[in-house]
Amino acid sequence: MVPGAVVVVTKLSRLLLVLGFLIATISGNAAVLPFERADVLYHSYTGGGININGPAILVRKSIGDSVSVSAKHYVDTISSASIDIEVILGASTYEEERVENAFTFDYLNEKTLMSFGYTNSEENDFLADTFSFGISQDMFGDLTTVSMGYAHGSNTVGKTGAPAFAETSQSDNFNLSLAQVLTKDLIMSAALDVTTDAGFLNNPYRKVRYIDTPTTFLLENEVYPKTRTSTAIAMRARYFLPYRAALHAEYRLFQDSWDIKGNNIELGYTHPFMDDWVAEAHFRTYAQTKASFYNDLFPYSNAQNFLARDKELSTFNNNTIGFGISYEFAKGEGGFIDKASVNFKFDHIQFNYKDFRDATQTSFTPGTEPLYKFSANVMQLFLSVWF
Amino acid sequence: MLHKITLSLLILLSLSACSLEPWVKPYERANLADPIMSFSQDPLSQGYIHHVYQAREGARGAEGGSGGGCGCN
Repeated sequence: MVPGAVVVVTKLSRLLLVLGFLIATISGNAAVLPFERADVLYHSYTGGGININGPAILVRKSIGDSVSVSAKHYVDTISSASIDIEVILGASTYEEERVENAFTFDYLNEKTLMSFGYTNSEENDFLADTFSFGISQDMFGDLTTVSMGYAHGSNTVGKTGAPAFAETSQSDNFNLSLAQVLTKDLIMSAALDVTTDAGFLNNPYRKVRYIDTPTTFLLENEVYPKTRTSTAIAMRARYFLPYRAALHAEYRLFQDSWDIKGNNIELGYTHPFMDDWVAEAHFRTYAQTKASFYNDLFPYSNAQNFLARDKELSTFNNNTIGFGISYEFAKGEGGFIDKASVNFKFDHIQFNYKDFRDATQTSFTPGTEPLYKFSANVMQLFLSVWF
Repeated sequence: MLHKITLSLLILLSLSACSLEPWVKPYERANLADPIMSFSQDPLSQGYIHHVYQAREGARGAEGGSGGGCGCN
């Protein structure tokens, strides 16, 4: 073998090799259509000076034996006086609404389930359209499910108060997952996700700060790279306990071309009781390193080609503790409804930033302010009906 | 590093699936078919929580929830 031949196998060709291998091994039994169900949900997020709430509705219906369609309507009503706003504009609040509508079409053709999707998301300063395609197949006696998909998104970015501001960005997403039954009580899955973005990737309102005098700082616009590529892999498992309860675990690893490296672990426990009730509790921890062009306080104006002070690109961790409870009713009573449930979920998330300082605390010399931290409460209340 | 781990995991999983007969018979899948064993019990709720994290973390993708895999239908 030529010594350099191995090097020629690029990352992309490795991925294609794996995809080809998996496709070649597909054989076996038919997939099935998703369940027919309807969900009506109210969601609420409160934390870091931000309140976001609104309704969401999802309806999925089969047409014959081979087609399933779904429609989703989702609303975020946002009221924000976050630290990002306060540093730039002073104490003020902005309000806006995001409306998302999504449609999917699933087609079962003998052994293959194909899915087509379209999502539209609209805010007063951001429009996003996404088209997706996926294919999924069970095989090896239904012990294995392989799924793969592609999605393309087109975004138009505006800026309130600046009618002439108009930017665009595009994203392409490739995903592959494999779910595997290991024992009669254990199922695992592995997922790979590669996403590339190109275009205007900044938040047009966010700014960086740099040292003006030893006791003051000034603000200037952020400058992001025009491209970003990220890879994420995840492993998940669910284990059935002998007394009818379930444990679940997840590990996800992430890295991107901006030098962010992240990972999260989640552990959870699901416990049915008294025939109609199901309780669930979970713990999740996440940590990431900063983007290469992130800095809380730059030494001077235009200190480098790319500039960012988004706390989402900083070094930080967060910990979530959450629980849920659901009550099932109208089970097996005949008629139009097979089953229904009412559900409540609550998550408490604590964010701890390692190199993002609270610049609203003006009594400190720039760069010596306390590190920022905040907690958020996330609540969901929803009704589900299977029919 | 990440790509090597990914490649190894995928090939291992694929090979394990190729080389073995189905070892969990259909009549042994009652536990797997229980709704508490589903990776995506509530798609709307799950999508919302993913959105909460995506908006506040640098990481994205491979959130799961696309379903499938229990082989119990």
